[in-house]
Amino acid sequence: MKAVVTVMPKQSVLDPQGAAVAQAMRHHGLESVGKVRVGKSIEIELPAEPDESTLHGLCRDLLSNPVIEDYTLEIVR
Amino acid sequence: MRFAVIQFPGSNCDQDCLHALRAFEGVEAGYVWHKENSLAGCDAVVVPGGFSYGDYLRCGAIARFSPILGAVKEFAANGGTVLGICNGFQILCESGLLPGALVRNRDLHFICETVHLRVEQPRTRFTNAALTGAVLRLPIAHGEGCYFADEPTLRDLEQHDQILLRYCDEQGRTNDAANPNGSRANIAGIRNRAGNVFGLMPHPERACDPLLGSTDGRVIFESILDRQSPS
Repeated sequence: MKAVVTVMPKQSVLDPQGAAVAQAMRHHGLESVGKVRVGKSIEIELPAEPDESTLHGLCRDLLSNPVIEDYTLEIVR
Repeated sequence: MRFAVIQFPGSNCDQDCLHALRAFEGVEAGYVWHKENSLAGCDAVVVPGGFSYGDYLRCGAIARFSPILGAVKEFAANGGTVLGICNGFQILCESGLLPGALVRNRDLHFICETVHLRVEQPRTRFTNAALTGAVLRLPIAHGEGCYFADEPTLRDLEQHDQILLRYCDEQGRTNDAANPNGSRANIAGIRNRAGNVFGLMPHPERACDPLLGSTDGRVIFESILDRQSPS
């Protein structure tokens, strides 16, 4: 079993990395590309059924910074 | 006055801070390792620059949970003077001691240069050796120095005179061209509401010796010392 946490910059936060990637994609021929945002995906192996509230706590306190990022948590069984 | 300079694995401005501090009369300064949990006997704390814990996850995200940060929070809650420089500023924001966050520079580059900074508030324990509008020359060296806070937080910072330093040009004008990293409102340094915790991206400790091209960094340390002196 594992948990997958996806962390993305908030819409209100400038994402220069996403803008640079979008620009590179245009240079590579995909001129129609729209906004690109770059975040990160964290895979966590879990030995047993996780306590989701503990996981959410870790997502808020450690894995993401709520000032600048949003996260989603997915449990893969 | 006794300063504690916190050392994390990956700190790399700790020695510069100690060297700069010890050059001031009446200053004692020593390192405190991140695994310690007491700041007993310290009058002020410096959280230095570097790449604590490799800057993994986010800058300062892991340092925030080190044992010494518990002691720093308690020290700050009791009114103790806390100065966070560069990575130290990022750690103070991550730990919630200062509002906002530091994100990737606008142009994605690591910036290593000397910038101009306008002193916005001279009546603070970190800037009282300067005059309002004074322009300081200090070095910056960071990849994630773009200060971000949402609109209500920015208004709050303004309202409570918490913005101490802004990036500016030589004449003290704070415009976009003088903003090296895309920081909101050209913010380079802020203090907490209580006024005893200050974080800044520039490196005052690298500007305390004429050999290094500027001694403007002394203003920050002289301010801290001035307030604590018996007179």
